[in-house]
Formats: sequence, C-alpha cells, structure tokens
Amino acid sequence: MSTLALATRGLDKSFGSLAVATNVTLELPRGERYALIGPNGAGKTTLINLITGMLKPDRGQILLDSQDITPLKPAERVRRGLVRTFQINTLFPDLNALEAVALAVCERERCSGRWWRTLPSYGAAFEEAHTILVSLELAASCFRPTRELAYGQQRLLEIALALAAKPAVLLLDEPAAGVPQAESAELFSVIANLSQDMTVLFIEHDMNVVFRFAKRIIVMVGGRILVEGTPQEIASDPRVREVYLGRGARHA
Amino acid sequence: MMSVSASEPQRYLRAQIRWQPVEALFWVATLLPFVVTPSYLVLASQIAITGLFALSLDLIVGYAGLVSLGHAAYFGFGSYTAGLISKWGWGEPLTGLFIAAAAAGVLGYITSVVIARFRHLALIMITLGFGVLLAEAANSASWLTGGADGLQGMRMWKLLGMFEFDLYGYAGFSYALAVLFLAFLLARRLINSPFGLALRGIRENAVRMPAIGADNPAHIRKIYTIAAVMAGTAGALLAQTTETVSLETLSFQRSADVLVVLILGGAGRLYGGLVGAIVYMVARDQASGVNPQYWYFWIGILLIAVVTFLPNGILGGLARLMPAAGRRA
Repeated sequence: MSTLALATRGLDKSFGSLAVATNVTLELPRGERYALIGPNGAGKTTLINLITGMLKPDRGQILLDSQDITPLKPAERVRRGLVRTFQINTLFPDLNALEAVALAVCERERCSGRWWRTLPSYGAAFEEAHTILVSLELAASCFRPTRELAYGQQRLLEIALALAAKPAVLLLDEPAAGVPQAESAELFSVIANLSQDMTVLFIEHDMNVVFRFAKRIIVMVGGRILVEGTPQEIASDPRVREVYLGRGARHA
Repeated sequence: MMSVSASEPQRYLRAQIRWQPVEALFWVATLLPFVVTPSYLVLASQIAITGLFALSLDLIVGYAGLVSLGHAAYFGFGSYTAGLISKWGWGEPLTGLFIAAAAAGVLGYITSVVIARFRHLALIMITLGFGVLLAEAANSASWLTGGADGLQGMRMWKLLGMFEFDLYGYAGFSYALAVLFLAFLLARRLINSPFGLALRGIRENAVRMPAIGADNPAHIRKIYTIAAVMAGTAGALLAQTTETVSLETLSFQRSADVLVVLILGGAGRLYGGLVGAIVYMVARDQASGVNPQYWYFWIGILLIAVVTFLPNGILGGLARLMPAAGRRA
C-alpha cells in the first residue's frame, strides 16, 4: 500500500505559447494538509483543473492512490475519491441545500439514475446529507433554495457538496474567497476538523490562515513549483520572500 | 418505512410528494367534458394528446433544462408506427400503442447518443436537424407513409374489444385521458425520484454535476428515451383516435407548438403542459372559429402577453396566488 494519496508526474500544459503548467510534480501523502500558494496567475486553479480532469495536460501523469487516472473523465475521478470545490460558487441555485447534498450522496451511491421509487425511499441519503449539513451548521436553513442563502453559507455548501462525495483527496480552490477575514478562520476550522484520513490541498491567499492550517506549503510561480516545505521552511526561504515580500504586496 | 417518529428530512420529503387537493380537483375536472361539453369530446381528446406531448417535453425542457426544437420527431414516429401497424392488419389499440411507444423510445435512445453531447445553441440546431430530417424522410418515402396525402387505410379494432372509436369521440377521449393519467403518474413519480433530482441538478448547474460524480450524458440519454416513449405514445393516440396520420405530425410546426404550449402553461411544473394544452387548444379552436386564416395572430398575442406578465407561465402566475397549485416539485 502506497502512502501517497495523490501524485502528479511532469504535468505540462500550455495555451498556445502561454505555458500555464510546466513540469509540475507533486506528491501528497495520505492525510496531509497542504496549502498551495502563489501570486495571481501562478497557475494554481489551472493545476486543480488539470488534476480533476477539467483540463487535459499536454504531457504528464496524475496518480490517485498510485493508479494512473490521467485518461479518466472528471466524474470518474470524483467517484474514485478525487473531489474539488470551486473558487466561484458553483452551486444549484434552485435546489435547497438538503436536496443538493443528497443529490451528491445519490451520485456517490450510484442511485441517481433510479426513477421508479420516490425520494422518501432514499431516506438514508437524505439523513446522511442532513448530517453533513448539521456538521457545517447549515441545518437551520437547509430547506431554503440555495440562491437565498447568505454568501458565507453558500461557501460552506460548496464544501458540503464535496464532502458528500466522500473524498479521499479534497482540493479546495480558495474556500474562503470573498468571505470576511473574521469569518474565514471559522471556515478553516471546519477544514481543520475534517477526517485525518482525508488528504486536503487548499489554495489560499491569507498567509495567517495558511501558516495556521497547513502542515506543508507548495509555492507556485509562473506555472512552476518554486518550492515545497513546512511553513517554517517557506517563511524563511529567500526565493519565496522575493516573490511575495519583494513586491511589497502581501506583507501583513 | 416503519419508523415511528419521522426525522426532519423524511417529513420534508413526504410533504414534497404528497398529493395536493387542487391536483385531485384538476383530475376530477378532466371528466367534465363528458357532461358539460359532450359535443366537444373530439377537441377534448386532442387536448389530452397535446397535454401528454407537452408533458413529455416538460421532462426535457422544464426539468433537465435542455432545449428541443425537434420533439415532433418522436410524436410523428409514434404516429406512423401506430398507423402502419393498423394498416398492415393489426388494429388492436393497446398493443399498437405499446409497439409505437417502444419504437419511439428506440428512436429517442439513438438520437440521444448524439444529443447528449451538445448544449445551448448547438443543441437547438441538432434537435431541429433531427426533426426536419425525419419529416423529409417521411415525405420522400411516400410508398410507406403516403407522403403528403397522409397515411390512408387504417382500421382500428374496438378498444378492449368493446368500445368503437366513433365520430363523437366517447371512446377516443376516454382512451386518451386514461393513457394521459397513467403517463402523468409515471412522470410524477419520476420527477420525485433521485433521477428527477439529478435532472434538476443538470438544469441548475451542468458544470457542478460532474464535480459531484454525475454522468450527465447518461442522465440525458435516459430522460430523452423516456420522453420519446411518452411523445410516441401521444402520437400513437392521435393516429389511433383519428384513424389517419399526416406529415404534420412530424412537422417543425408541431415541435414549435408544443414548446409554446409548455411555456404558456409553465415549464418545470408538471401540470404546465396540461394547462397550456387546454388554454392553447381552446384558444385555437375559438380563434379559428372567428377567423380561420389568421388564428395564429391571436396565439401570438397570447404568447407575448403570457411571457410578459407571467414569465413562469400560467401556473407560475397562479403559484403566486396559490402556492400549492404551481409548486415546483
């Protein structure tokens, strides 16, 4: 049994002459909490799109639990436990939170194609969805259409949908994007409390959050991985300081 | 379920699928033509058939959120299948209906393999293309379909061996209404099932669906096949109750009309197609009585008025007054 939950080998991707990923090689051990940081346009979201299959790499491989998943479609990767959330809310506006999460449970359980029995026969899926929503403190408004939920609640629902797929590897694309700083700590405590078997990679700009919640940090610049290490190593790395502090943009 | 105290989600789900009094009222009211307007039973049977056709389109347009401008392909295919079976000597209505429905389902599945790959404008063009293609094929295969003269020589046996399809339409309307009700029960069950939820997921966000592990094309192929069976059933009913089939059953006009009917009544509301069919067909009947040449003018006015003042159709408007009537299940 391998201890690597997710690995990439030499991923390349370019749009015309613009290289958005160059020789990206990653190794995420099981249960680790990784942060992926880098300036805007560094290729962080592109990397998530490549890993989840929403983009096809020009070269390279993606391994999930040591199995090559490079040719698989996004939905097939999800069913193998590789799940993502989106930086911009990608929800079901007219479904309520309970329906949306139960739908994700049904897709995982492969019962979403059944049409000869009505939903109360699938109470277990809805109970599970409800439990997930309770754990994220969304239960109180779980019967309201998603579009009526507060923005912060919608960010949590993003995560709830991903959790319903029972991920082995969870990729969070700026889970706190747009959430006030005071609330983002709350959101990250949810992430910190996730099962220790789950491997988590999150993109985040707030360095306080990153240093608090990540065990290891990957720094991307210009489609390449600049450096990977513990928060202490990253904080003292001169190249990272150059990228971030050299521009004077991110110093808190 | 034997649970003594139902949990919160269970109670919610049961409330969602519970029959509303207004629904019972609606179905009782569908029997009114027998008593109130017995001389209009032929029209009533056309309304039931159009309602069934619109209901089948609602599964695709209203629930899965996909556009179709070629839905008459399945209707007409069912019509011609039922017509040919009868012409070739097998006039038993129920078996004919089943065979026609199955044939339309096979056509639905075959076309869905292509259709499931497209969305938006391309999807409109693909469905339009399929519809026109089939209409032209039927036109040129006049040795089989009778071409522009229509299919002649159908002879239907008595319904259940007892009831003759006559000019007054008693048997015809009873038959069409019974089939419509059964199909409605099926559609109601479907939209309240996990599959129905998945269809609404595709409508609400087709991008998120794969990210929760959904195979969108498989869902779309399935709903297209089911909807084609229903549309083919509607077409077969028309052929059997009128004992003739014309090219009009496959025409673009019919595809467009059924979309108008659905939008008029309210898409994604299950009863929208049925209410739309009643309003549209009665309005057409009245308007063509006043001025046979320009009746579509009034339909145009009606359509513009409805989408302007009731963007979610007649039922969407009613829903604001009576939440139970237009509930999106």
